[in-house]
Amino acid sequence: MPIDAHIPSGPLERKWERHKSDLELVHPRNKRKYDVLVVGSGLSGAAAAATLAELGYRVKCFCFQDSARRAHSIAAQGGINAAKNCCNDGDSVSRLFRDTIKGGDFRSREANVYRLAQISVDIIDQCVAQGVPFAREYGGLLQNRSFGGAQVSRTFYARGQTGQQLLLGAYQALSRQISLGNARMFSRTEMLDLVVIDGQAKGIVVRDLVSGEIASHAGDAVVLATGGYANMFYLSTNAKGCNATAAWRAYRRGAFFANPCFTQIHPTCIPVGGEHQSKLTLMSESLRNDGRVWVPRRREDCAKAPGSIPEEDRDYYLERKYPSFGNLAPRDIASRATKEVCDAGRGVGPGGLGVYLDFGDAIRQMGIETMRERYGNLFEMYERIRGENAYEVPMRMYPAMHYTMGGLWVDYHLMSNLPGLFVIGEANFSDHGANRLGASGLMQGLADGYFILPYTIGHYFASGRPSKTPADHPGFAAAEAGVKARLARLLSVQGKRTVTSFHRELGRLLWNDCGMTRSEAGLREALGRIPELRAEFWGDVRVSGSGGEMNADLERANQVADYLELSELVCRDALMRGESCGGHFRTESVTEDGEARRDDAQFAFVAAWECRGADREPMLHKEPLVYEEARMSTRSYR
Amino acid sequence: MHLSLRVWRQKSASAPGRFETYEARHVSPDMSLLEALDGVNEDLIASGGDPIAFDSDCREGICGACSVVIDGIPHGSRHGTTACQLHLRHFRDGATITLEPWRARPFPLIKDLVVDRHAFDRIIEAGGYVSVKTGGAPDGNAIPIPKTNVDRAMDAAVCIGCGACVAACKNASAMLFVASKVSHLSLLPQGRVERERRVLAMVRAMDDAGFGGCTVTGSCEAVCPKNIRIDVIARMNREYGRALLKGGSPELAL
Repeated sequence: MPIDAHIPSGPLERKWERHKSDLELVHPRNKRKYDVLVVGSGLSGAAAAATLAELGYRVKCFCFQDSARRAHSIAAQGGINAAKNCCNDGDSVSRLFRDTIKGGDFRSREANVYRLAQISVDIIDQCVAQGVPFAREYGGLLQNRSFGGAQVSRTFYARGQTGQQLLLGAYQALSRQISLGNARMFSRTEMLDLVVIDGQAKGIVVRDLVSGEIASHAGDAVVLATGGYANMFYLSTNAKGCNATAAWRAYRRGAFFANPCFTQIHPTCIPVGGEHQSKLTLMSESLRNDGRVWVPRRREDCAKAPGSIPEEDRDYYLERKYPSFGNLAPRDIASRATKEVCDAGRGVGPGGLGVYLDFGDAIRQMGIETMRERYGNLFEMYERIRGENAYEVPMRMYPAMHYTMGGLWVDYHLMSNLPGLFVIGEANFSDHGANRLGASGLMQGLADGYFILPYTIGHYFASGRPSKTPADHPGFAAAEAGVKARLARLLSVQGKRTVTSFHRELGRLLWNDCGMTRSEAGLREALGRIPELRAEFWGDVRVSGSGGEMNADLERANQVADYLELSELVCRDALMRGESCGGHFRTESVTEDGEARRDDAQFAFVAAWECRGADREPMLHKEPLVYEEARMSTRSYR
Repeated sequence: MHLSLRVWRQKSASAPGRFETYEARHVSPDMSLLEALDGVNEDLIASGGDPIAFDSDCREGICGACSVVIDGIPHGSRHGTTACQLHLRHFRDGATITLEPWRARPFPLIKDLVVDRHAFDRIIEAGGYVSVKTGGAPDGNAIPIPKTNVDRAMDAAVCIGCGACVAACKNASAMLFVASKVSHLSLLPQGRVERERRVLAMVRAMDDAGFGGCTVTGSCEAVCPKNIRIDVIARMNREYGRALLKGGSPELAL
């Protein structure tokens, strides 16, 4: 059954401008009558909460962290893209649009991506006005660097802490609205269910993570800005607390989940150190502006000290395979190339799971001080974790789970198929297709939060005039009872295995069968194993403590229970999509030279899955991807 | 390697607290200290015990969630390092490590090693922002900003709001935290417009929250995981004095 994304008509470059002026408005005086619940306080959530409060809506914002300022957007390092053409190197909105569409391997929605490229310009100005200290040239103007998948320098940055500075800008804007009484913040509060009444999103059920109290909040719209589901893999670059529960509960309540198999593996992360590893740490893509990736040409050199391997015995495989983009090939391509050389036995370090990221040439050319200024904090971070000085020896890197392009399905208004449920930032699916380009995640989060949702949510209120639901509607009590029963059930199993042991097992399974490469046999095996693992979990998990107190073990158990369902949908989607595209690489669909072979005839659609109950298979809806402007071509970075 | 962890356990703010010692066996020098705590918690859960509550999220030293006093020093003795980035290779095999929560009245204890740092949010709410709304911002290059000013602003803006400065200070002063934000914004032309109101309001919010005064011992700088220097406090004092000379009054600030 096809679904309608409500893309406005007219030429691509004028769609958003024209549509914006056609959207219905809420009178400033009437905005006070609408309650908006924003779940998540990262870039998209904090930006949306602040902006909606500025407009006059009554906003409540929720986050599980102890402060809105700690949302995981804070860890984004390298930068944010914008088509400002500051470097006079030929950048433009249409080039950023084309790079993003191509980077996503022609699996994103064209109209959304074009709008994103247009808005990118305003984001930088907004952030500068907030006091974000972007890097500047000696002349006082903004400075840029390059990121993967682009041949221009369009990435704005604040050392290696761009995400932190952008998030603090949004957090500060939100703090101002809190002080003005326009927004209320609920930290250490986790959303555990969505309340849907008469088919419309009307509220959420939350747990106070300090007292354990279950409560519900009624609203005229619910905005999910709850990030992605990379932590499903156990080891990922996400913060420990990132989870998919809010999105998954929304799916269980009827919201479509789109392209769940589009997950991103980042090529340069610090390799796994051992069984104890709790998470992985990414080293920014920006490092590859100056760092060169290589492995020894010969397997017998792999154990040697890198400095002792002469230039002619090194294989700079990214530069060799992709001369026009070199070390800044997009993430999916760089990750696969790395896996390929490691699988061929030429990886370095323990288990042969590593490649060198070498700054020797850059240091010789530009000096250590320039490197320190550009990446000082990243080199420090590396030193902390590995105990090695990367100014002297090359870094060792390996790909790791990082980001999820898939997410809840949204239309052009960023509204899901459930009226009143909006999904922004990484939590939705729309802009990155099958692979996200570096420095585009921050751009999308802020575009959604500052510049898109504030318009479209008003249209929803003004045009649909959704009915008010009183907070004592029985739908809330029923949802609360459901949440309480589920937590009680988790606590009552009292089995033998810890939550973490289940999570690790699921992560290993997904990494092997649904990671960098996927095969029909592997996916079928995973689809057989996941329900078994889920049954074992519910029969043998051991959760400590009680529900009426701060209990991290219970929080984690609830999240892992959801991963054990979501992972099945991810594998199902990966099996259905019998083509290779972007980060989704099916071993059955490969070109002669080992690159991904896309199948536009069969798979040029968004796969939106509808939940039909726990014991029935989900239903697939297809949103066809129609390109008016971009030409679907074979993606090449050679 | 093998370590003993002597950990502060306290059910709630009103319950009495005490140290308990746990053995972290088979830990490796490549593990972080928090991963060793994870291991102890796994053992506790498996054996029916009560796992240790501690704050932690990004584990990359940037979110500012982790907040443990390690052998008497907030975030431990490694310079410029958060607890989550502190690896066991810096400890002696067989050592006993003492872990305590931040201890400062404005940060009431919630459970074990977890404290409530809302006071920091309230200080930012008092004025730690530029009062601009979304939309209508001028071009980011409209006002050139000298590189040295941006760099200095960034040196202050890197604050992660962890609260180690407060935990280290004998007066539980939050001056380094507040001064970081005041310096960051007062060094940029966008933040100068409301510099007087900001510094007065933030200092007042700091005092209202119960943080102590600064006696310039420098302990905050010594433990700051982002290496923020106490120069920012001097800058804030100057901003504060300047605001008063310009006719501002702390009472009118809010």
